[in-house]
Amino acid sequence: MAERKIRVLVAKPGLDGHDRGAKVVAAALRDAGMEVIYTGLHQTPEMIADAALEEDVDVVALSSLSGAHMTLFPRVLDRLRRLGLADRLVIGGGILPPDDIEVLTGIGFGRLFGPGTPTTEIADYIRQWVREHRPDPMPAGD
Amino acid sequence: MAELAAEVRAGDRRALSRALTLLESDETRADALFTALAGQAGRALRVGFTGPPGAGKSTLIEKLALRYRQRGHRIGILAVDPTSPFTGGALLGDRIRMGALGGDPDVFLRSMATRGHRGGLAAVAVEAADLLAIAGFDRLLVETVGVGQSELEVAGAVHLVVVVLVPEAGDAVQSLKAGLTEIGDLIVVNKADRPGAEGFAAEVQEALALRTGVERGLDPVPVLLTDAREGRGVDELMEALEAAASGAGERAAARRAGALKARLLGLLGEGAERRAEEALAGALDEEVEAITAGRTTPRRAAGRLLARLLGG
Repeated sequence: MAERKIRVLVAKPGLDGHDRGAKVVAAALRDAGMEVIYTGLHQTPEMIADAALEEDVDVVALSSLSGAHMTLFPRVLDRLRRLGLADRLVIGGGILPPDDIEVLTGIGFGRLFGPGTPTTEIADYIRQWVREHRPDPMPAGD
Repeated sequence: MAELAAEVRAGDRRALSRALTLLESDETRADALFTALAGQAGRALRVGFTGPPGAGKSTLIEKLALRYRQRGHRIGILAVDPTSPFTGGALLGDRIRMGALGGDPDVFLRSMATRGHRGGLAAVAVEAADLLAIAGFDRLLVETVGVGQSELEVAGAVHLVVVVLVPEAGDAVQSLKAGLTEIGDLIVVNKADRPGAEGFAAEVQEALALRTGVERGLDPVPVLLTDAREGRGVDELMEALEAAASGAGERAAARRAGALKARLLGLLGEGAERRAEEALAGALDEEVEAITAGRTTPRRAAGRLLARLLGG
């Protein structure tokens, strides 16, 4: 049956060795009815953006626990834009200090979630965003 | 759609990606796109990989894709995983095992969920493969989940079916049930480094030899040993696929006809169910009540409703 499903890429850029949190979020989003592509550990920003393109996801969810987010997260955003994916939602989660959250929000990130955020909150936020910004994965005129 | 069609033909990755989304999410516009692409099937060898979970299909596909790339082929990969019947969501986790293919412009990897297609997975897989072929990928590898209906459906979408087994599965005969022998053009026993692998492969070969009826008279199905993690046996697999490709046409055509029929029946079923629910609304509820009260059975109720629907 043809139907519109929300597709989410969950990715961990950089050298994090610990992905339990990302997997918990991935499973929760699946339980919320979304199609979740999990790319695993040790992804470069380029690999993440390329995967986002191939999978035509609505959302790119980045996870970072080791503090490399200020170098890696913006690079993902930048590459997504250069690949023509500026209209997708890019969110982040993990250990993210408030000042960094402010900077990332300023350059175009969606919400950034700290540890312990209820996964339902993340799912609801994504659903709401898609409803408002991308109800049609292929807007008319293309 | 004309512009999107032109972009797909030109091999534009973003266009291809969006076309695949369209295929899955919007039948009307997908039809329009395919009309715009009419007659451009592209020439690609399509190979399906099926078998129980944990057999190492993704790892095998990754290694095979790398070998094919060395030969200058352009690889399209569809990785299919099950949609949860309860939540409607899916965890598409094959990509994670094919990391070595990232960043290569001559490889395109797309994850797809089964989405509860009724007899329709094969059709979507056929059309998704068509898009990859039109975009210029000439070796298409389709990975499907576990064993069951989906795999038989996807068999209709490809020229060759590779069944991937592992020695731990135990009894060779158990491994070969559920239609795997009928649809397999090649059997691969992966994780050949495990003890008993060769013995298991021999048992599989014997079990295949016992097939009767339609299969008699056909060439024996090759059984290959691989260790995908170490890349062993992958060259032989590639050679076997290329050799089988030339003879694959007739069997594939029969499978595709079967898949299209299943697709038509599925669409018919969906349509009929919708019509029945509309036409019989009140009567349906009455019958449910009668069944609950023990006055009739589901089969008899259905017979009555069907007769009413068909006006006879």
